[in-house]
Amino acid sequence: MKQYLSGDEAFAAGIRLARPEVVSAYPITPQTIVVERLSDMVEDGSLDAEFIHVESEHVMMNANRSTALPWNIYGDQRDSLALLDTGWIQAYAENAQEALDLALMSYYIAEKKDVSTPFMVNLDGFILTHTYEEVDVPEQADADRFLPKYETENCFDFEHPKNMAFSAGPDTNYIFKYKEHAALLRAVPVIAEAEEKFALIFGRKYTGLIDTYNTEDADYILITLGTIAGLSREIADKLRAEGKKVGVLRIRYMRPFPTVEIAEAVKNAKAVAVLEKDISFGAAGTVYTNVTSALQQAGLNIPAYNFIGGLGGRNISHADITDIFEKTEHGTERVNFIGIEVQK
Amino acid sequence: MKEILWLGRGGQGAFTAAKLLGAAYAAKSEDSYSLAFPSFGPERRGAPVRAFTKLDAKPILDRSETELADYIVILDETLFSTGLSKLLKPGGKIIVNTKSDKPEWVAFDGDTLAKNLRLPVVNTVMLGALSGVSDVVSVSDLETAIDGYLSPKIREKNKQAVAQAAEEVRS
Repeated sequence: MKQYLSGDEAFAAGIRLARPEVVSAYPITPQTIVVERLSDMVEDGSLDAEFIHVESEHVMMNANRSTALPWNIYGDQRDSLALLDTGWIQAYAENAQEALDLALMSYYIAEKKDVSTPFMVNLDGFILTHTYEEVDVPEQADADRFLPKYETENCFDFEHPKNMAFSAGPDTNYIFKYKEHAALLRAVPVIAEAEEKFALIFGRKYTGLIDTYNTEDADYILITLGTIAGLSREIADKLRAEGKKVGVLRIRYMRPFPTVEIAEAVKNAKAVAVLEKDISFGAAGTVYTNVTSALQQAGLNIPAYNFIGGLGGRNISHADITDIFEKTEHGTERVNFIGIEVQK
Repeated sequence: MKEILWLGRGGQGAFTAAKLLGAAYAAKSEDSYSLAFPSFGPERRGAPVRAFTKLDAKPILDRSETELADYIVILDETLFSTGLSKLLKPGGKIIVNTKSDKPEWVAFDGDTLAKNLRLPVVNTVMLGALSGVSDVVSVSDLETAIDGYLSPKIREKNKQAVAQAAEEVRS
C-alpha cells in the first residue's frame, strides 16, 4: 500500500513489519519521530513488543547528526563513521523506501546465525528523516514470508544455564575479535541472499555493497554515500549530456567494506572523487581513507580526491557537485573542504 | 519539475500544507512523484518557517532546498519582502494571504475565509488558493489527501476551505 511518509516514519513502518519483541529506544532529534511512532504502535496494539529504555540492540536506526562541539542538531555523517570500528554492520539509505526495506533486511542479516552481528541503518538527518515521499509499505503476510521468527541460543534458560557477558582475558580475547571480524565478512553473501529473497517477494531489487551509475565507461567517478548520491547522479546526467564521461558510485555498506567491489567498478577511471559529510581531524575523510586503501590493495594507481561537505547540515548545491567533477578532471588538492579555500 | 516554497510562522501549518500538496500530487498516478520537507531545525511557535514541495513526472533525486520556485505561498503577509522575487522562476507567482492588492503578488484574503469557516489557521485555505491559481493539483486531489492525512474531526472543514478558496481565487 502506498503511503506518504518521511524517512523516520518509513523506518518505523518497516520495524513494525519485522515484528520485534523488544524495542529499546530513546528519542533524540532527528530520530524522535521513529520513537514516537513505535510507542504509538505498541500503545494501539499493532506492534506486540516490550518498549524499554535500555541500550542493547541488534538493529539500530541512526539518524545521522553532527557531533558537538559546537552544538548542532543537523545532519552529517561524523557520528556513524566514527563508529566503524565498533563491530556493527553499517548501511546508508538514500530514500525513505530504502530505509523501510533496510529495516526488514537488517533483521534478516543480523539474525543469521553465521552473522549474529548488530546492524546499524543510517538515515541522513532531516534530509531523509524529515522529508516526506511516497513509500510502498509491504503487507504483513509478505513481511512474515521474508523474515523468519528469530531463534537464538543466547537466552536465559534454567535447564541449560550458560554464562553471558563475561570478561575475556588475553588468553581468549583475540579469538572473540577474530570471530567478530570473520562474522562481518560472512555478512557479504548473506546481504546478497537477503536482497535476492527480498526481490522475489517484494519486487524491489538492491545491489549489495555498492550501487553504480554509468561507471562502466566513466573517466571520472564520484564516490559518495547517503542522500547526496541522488543529486550527484542528476549532475552526472547533465555533464554526460555535455559529453563528459562521468559516473557515480554510491556506497551502501561501509561495513563490511566493499574493498573489491569499489576497485572493480573504478579500475578504468582516470580519477575518482570521494564526497562525504565527515572529516577525521588531522587525516582526511574516513570514507576517503577506506576508498584509497581499496585502490591500493587492488594495485590501482588512480588519483583520488577527497571533498568534505555538508558538515553540520550545510547544503551541498548543484554548483558544488559540478565543481567536484570539474576539479576531479583537472586535478586538485588531495583533501578539499567545499566552500573553504584551504591555506597551504 | 514544479517547486513550491511555503512561508509561514511556527504553528500556522505551512509544513502540513506542503505535505498535503505532495501527498495529493503523488497519489495522482504512477508517474507522479513528490518530496515535501520543512526548513530543518528546532521549531518555535511564531518564528518564521519555510517548507518545500517538489513535484515531477519522474523520481526526484535532488533533495536540496529550492533555489528557484514556481510558486511562493505566504501565510503571513509580514513575511513578504521584495527580495523574494529573486527566488522565483520566470513567470512564477507569489500568493499572499492579505487584504491588499499589490502588483508584485496575487492577493488572497485567507484570514477572512478561515474566520468564516472557524478554522484557527490558514494553511488549507492557502493550499486551496494555490490550487486555484496554479492547477498543479485539483481540489479533488487535495480532498483525497486531506482524507488520508488529517484527523477525521477536522477533515470536512478543511475540505471546504480548499474548495472555497480555489473557487474564490479564480473569480
